[in-house]
Amino acid sequence: MKISVDETKCCGAGQCVMLAPEVFDQRDEDGIVVLLDAAPAPEHHQAARESAEVCPAAAIHIGEEA
Amino acid sequence: MSAPAGVLVVGASAAGLSTVEALRRKGYDGRLTVLDAAAGAPYDRPPLSKQILSGTWDPERAHLRTQEQLDALGAEFLLGDAAVALDVPGRTVHTAHGRALSAEAVVLSTGLRPRRLPGAEDLTGLHVLRTLDEAVALRGALRNSRRVVVVGNGVLGSEIAATAAGLGLTTTLAGLQPAPMQDQFGPRVAGALADLHTRNGVRLVSGVGVGELTRDQGRATGVRLTSGEVLSADVVVAAIGCTPATDWLAGSGLDLTDGVTCDAYCRAAPGVYAAGDVARWYHQGLGTHLRLENRTNATAQAGVVAANILGQDLVYAPVPYFWTDQFDVKIQVYGAPAPDADVTIVEGEDGDRFVARYDRAGRTGAVLGWNMPKQARIHSRLLTGTPGGGRDCAAAATAAAPSA
Ligand SMILES: Cc1cc2nc3c(=O)[nH]c(=O)nc-3n(C[C@H](O)[C@H](O)[C@H](O)COP(=O)(O)OP(=O)(O)OC[C@H]3O[C@@H](n4cnc5c(N)ncnc54)[C@H](O)[C@@H]3O)c2cc1C
Ligand code: SF4
Repeated sequence: MKISVDETKCCGAGQCVMLAPEVFDQRDEDGIVVLLDAAPAPEHHQAARESAEVCPAAAIHIGEEA
Repeated sequence: MSAPAGVLVVGASAAGLSTVEALRRKGYDGRLTVLDAAAGAPYDRPPLSKQILSGTWDPERAHLRTQEQLDALGAEFLLGDAAVALDVPGRTVHTAHGRALSAEAVVLSTGLRPRRLPGAEDLTGLHVLRTLDEAVALRGALRNSRRVVVVGNGVLGSEIAATAAGLGLTTTLAGLQPAPMQDQFGPRVAGALADLHTRNGVRLVSGVGVGELTRDQGRATGVRLTSGEVLSADVVVAAIGCTPATDWLAGSGLDLTDGVTCDAYCRAAPGVYAAGDVARWYHQGLGTHLRLENRTNATAQAGVVAANILGQDLVYAPVPYFWTDQFDVKIQVYGAPAPDADVTIVEGEDGDRFVARYDRAGRTGAVLGWNMPKQARIHSRLLTGTPGGGRDCAAAATAAAPSA
């Protein structure tokens, strides 16, 4: 799994952080998403995938390669 | 309970698409059909009043998913065909093109339709904003105009006024609330929002209704307020709220009081569910029926509907949440700020950045962040588990994941 985020789309809702705190955080100053782990371990895949789907700004992209 | 052989989703926007994705994520491999009256690719609405209206994004950036992502869902998308009737016992939807679509489970996610000013049919220079086409049309009109009047000082009107002022237009925001968004924020934070708009050049006409449109040869030329004052404009935008898109369900036998009425499980009838802006469901934590018009509700509720279609019995009881971006301020609201609540600044300073807590009768009812999205989210944990608060959306969505 290879994750990327689009900071210009993110609206700072933090849904991803609540679902997958090992993978995502938010910047203190403006709440924009911070990708902690672009290639997380398999046990985080389900939560990362769910984050991408529930992100209200379609700002998270999951690629399957690597 | 076994999974249904087929699921039909009516409305392919945030709630409808989220239902489809949640069903597949939970392992559902049956037949999925998605119907939408609109012909284009599913898109997201929050950017319409912000990046699309300002022109910082091309319209395609508002698309929710790429074509490859949609294809990967293995669902049949029937776009450009409207549902016109629902047979509830037969779980069959009839469409404008003469289709009769039956499924074991039907999801109603047809959202809202904007209210129009009375007597405003076919006037040029008069706009509403709900769809991507309307956003592109309004953007074009603003480009060629000097003065805009926005009617309605709720969240949508306030966002449109902020974007228009940012584009350099002479902007007036008129509405019934004593300050922009006072119903949502209470007087203190609405006062701060009013200052923000005024500082950025928006003229606020608050606490006044619009009596009528002024017109000249089929063109809107402004509005006459109930106070008698006339506000002249090249463009008038009506942002006076929406009504649930349930006209097509008349005669179905469903209770359509302010939306599709559902139980705590988002069920309107056996095998018939509703999600998103159109759904008015029983919120067990709050002990009342509730209909939310916000983006994260659409997705979280869709997650619960998907789980319940697959035989789980999940109650949907989220802490309401929405955000709005105006000028350089990002506001996040968790819970329901009561107008008469005591407001305490719990982080930051009453100014550029703060988190406010709303307490009433010894209970925290809401948390609001002003340019502090992360901190507001952390403070909102206070709301989880408080009486009347219920679980938060993410907890509901997580609980909706299958245990296997
Ligand atoms: C301009 C704008 C800005 C917003 N900004 C924010 C924001 O900043 N933060 C926030 O939290 N929320 C915001 N929202 C609210 C958010 O976009 C909505 O809550 C969300 O779109 C609801 O999704 P939905 O799928 O329930 O309904 P909708 O998005 O309204 O989708 C309903 C779908 O059903 C289709 N449909 C309707 N009738 C029929 C029929 N008879 N047959 C077939 N299909 C039909 C429609 O074509 C549409 O595609 C904003 C909304 C707008 C309009
Ligand atoms: S869920 Fe999406 S919008 Fe919200 S913080 Fe994460 S990336 Fe940003």
